[in-house]
Amino acid sequence: MLKSIASRIGQTLIVIVGVAMLIFFLLRIVPGNAVATMMSEHADAATIARISAELGLDKPWYVQFWIYITGALHGDFGTSYALHRPVKELLLLSFPNTVKLAVLAALVAWIIGVLAGIVAAQKKNGFLDRIFMGFSLLGVSMPVFMVAMILQYTIAYKLHWLPISGGDSLKCFILPAIALGWNSAGSIARLTRSTLLEVLQEDYIDTARAKGRSQMGVIVLHALRNAMLPVLTMMALQLSSLLSGAVITETVFGINGIGRLAVDAISGRDIPLLQGTVLFTTVLVVLGNLVADCLYTVLDPRIRKEA
Amino acid sequence: MEQEYTLQIENLRSSFLTDNGEVKAVNEVSINVPKGSIVGIVGESGCGKSMTARSVMRLLKYPGKIMGGSILLEGKDLTQLSEKEMQSVRGGEISMIFQEPMTSLNPVVKVGKQVSEAAMLHQNISAAEAKELVLEIFRRVGISEAEKRYESFPHQLSGGLRQRVMIAMAMICRPKLLIADEPTTALDVTVEAQILKLMKQLRDETGMSIIIISHNLGVIAELCDYVYVMYAGRVVEEADVFTLFESPRHPYTKGLLNSVSALELEQERLETIPGSVPNLRRLPAGCAFCARCAYAMEYCPEQLPQLQEVAHGHRVRCHLVEGGAANGEE
Ligand SMILES: Nc1ncnc2c1ncn2[C@@H]1O[C@H](COP(=O)(O)OP(=O)(O)O)[C@@H](O)[C@H]1O
Ligand SMILES: [Mg+2]
Repeated sequence: MLKSIASRIGQTLIVIVGVAMLIFFLLRIVPGNAVATMMSEHADAATIARISAELGLDKPWYVQFWIYITGALHGDFGTSYALHRPVKELLLLSFPNTVKLAVLAALVAWIIGVLAGIVAAQKKNGFLDRIFMGFSLLGVSMPVFMVAMILQYTIAYKLHWLPISGGDSLKCFILPAIALGWNSAGSIARLTRSTLLEVLQEDYIDTARAKGRSQMGVIVLHALRNAMLPVLTMMALQLSSLLSGAVITETVFGINGIGRLAVDAISGRDIPLLQGTVLFTTVLVVLGNLVADCLYTVLDPRIRKEA
Repeated sequence: MEQEYTLQIENLRSSFLTDNGEVKAVNEVSINVPKGSIVGIVGESGCGKSMTARSVMRLLKYPGKIMGGSILLEGKDLTQLSEKEMQSVRGGEISMIFQEPMTSLNPVVKVGKQVSEAAMLHQNISAAEAKELVLEIFRRVGISEAEKRYESFPHQLSGGLRQRVMIAMAMICRPKLLIADEPTTALDVTVEAQILKLMKQLRDETGMSIIIISHNLGVIAELCDYVYVMYAGRVVEEADVFTLFESPRHPYTKGLLNSVSALELEQERLETIPGSVPNLRRLPAGCAFCARCAYAMEYCPEQLPQLQEVAHGHRVRCHLVEGGAANGEE
């Protein structure tokens, strides 16, 4: 088991290095001169050349790459062109907000999704099942920004229950978390319901009943653990969609997070900042997948054996 | 001396209430299980054996439902118990072993834990005490290296070992009755013999009663004291094991026996009786076996024969035995 986890960690490192290279080259391929964009229209050629030299953009690409990679390894992503502050500092400043948002959204998605899935499976084809599955279909099919705007309009603007945007208190994160988690909650609810219904047909469920377990005991102690295996995979996969959704959510709700930083970096052609944010989120997603894999290995002894 | 019964099933009717109508899988079945005896239920696949067993456990597959009759466990009618009361019967007073050892254990839980779970559900004991009980019962059912096996997951064990684990799980609360639904069908012949021997030995040691379900008459002959032969949801013949094998009276029972001797007790499907099992949705008003019966008379499809006592404890559901008429001797 340790061996399989070690090899997964190795793979993870390779993925991170690969992505780091990919980001670097993609950003150089994109047409348009970064400095010209920054300076807007009144910059003359001489200024552009001077600033390019200052930023090291006149050096050959392999020198730039070397600086970028060695820097990144030391946690140094350069200095933001637009904000004139080290990218690392900006990342560390926005990171807690994104984490807060993503964790809350994941909690919304997982708790609501799993619970709704269990109830729906229990009341298969009943009233609650239909209600929950209807909602989850809405969840799966509505884009994040739409949910966000509906929530802003109804809960915040019309009902004044929660702030529309901005702020740092937990209260300000509730609507964004729901908007962001809604989508995942829908797909988790559907998957939980269908795998649970499938698992409940298994012979070992009969065995558990035959030894005198109650319906609740059967579900919690025997069915869920098996049904959760595919759900867990989905949760890990959703981590990346949660983070990309965070870009939109943070923008709509005015949260100073990594996603918003990335949006600013893109519109301002702020190459170091963009490299930093993308690399940072990549590491988050890859680590999330790694954790899910390790959990999967712990939960499913059959995989432990094969490895 | 009056006979004491562990289980008395009386006129049990269980059906699947499907969208296309009622499927009468168990039809007016009465089965008595004397204390300490091993009772066999035999019949072709689909005749309602599992449904009968699951009715006793009140664990019918959806959309199955008990429609009538009573199931008395030492006089207590299980059909009248609440679900909560039934939970303390399951695994405590009656245990059940299923056909597929490969899929009957939870793949993600250690087998030792699965067995100790059963112990802790019905006995007021600590986890450590439960583990001791499990190790003890593992040794008793012939699981070597009990300590190591306790920590194993199902996929690490052979079919035979898994079935031993299932037996350990069933036995750990010393039930009054063990129901084994085709416990050896999925196992090879040598392992089958070992498991059957184990069950008999456990009965001798504990004095519990056993219902064993099989489509294999070899298993029945090996193990049982009394036998019920089922066909299309009904009992068609019942007798003690010697009588049944020595002087069967129902043409269906005879057919089963012939097919076995023809195959030299090989475990083949019992298909040497010509024809196939009737559709339970469209049963004839009379005897369900008549379409395949070499001795069928003209009123057999219309008139349902009743179970007739032809000798002490030997009952047959066939018009041929009524009123001492011809008994189908070849
Ligand atoms: N879900 C169901 N709906 C309708 N009929 C069913 C269903 N499940 C089983 N049956 C029928 O119930 C009958 C009894 O099945 P079962 O007790 O499992 O037979 P056995 O154990 O003797 O092989 C079979 O004839 C089968 O066709
Ligand atoms: Mg069966």
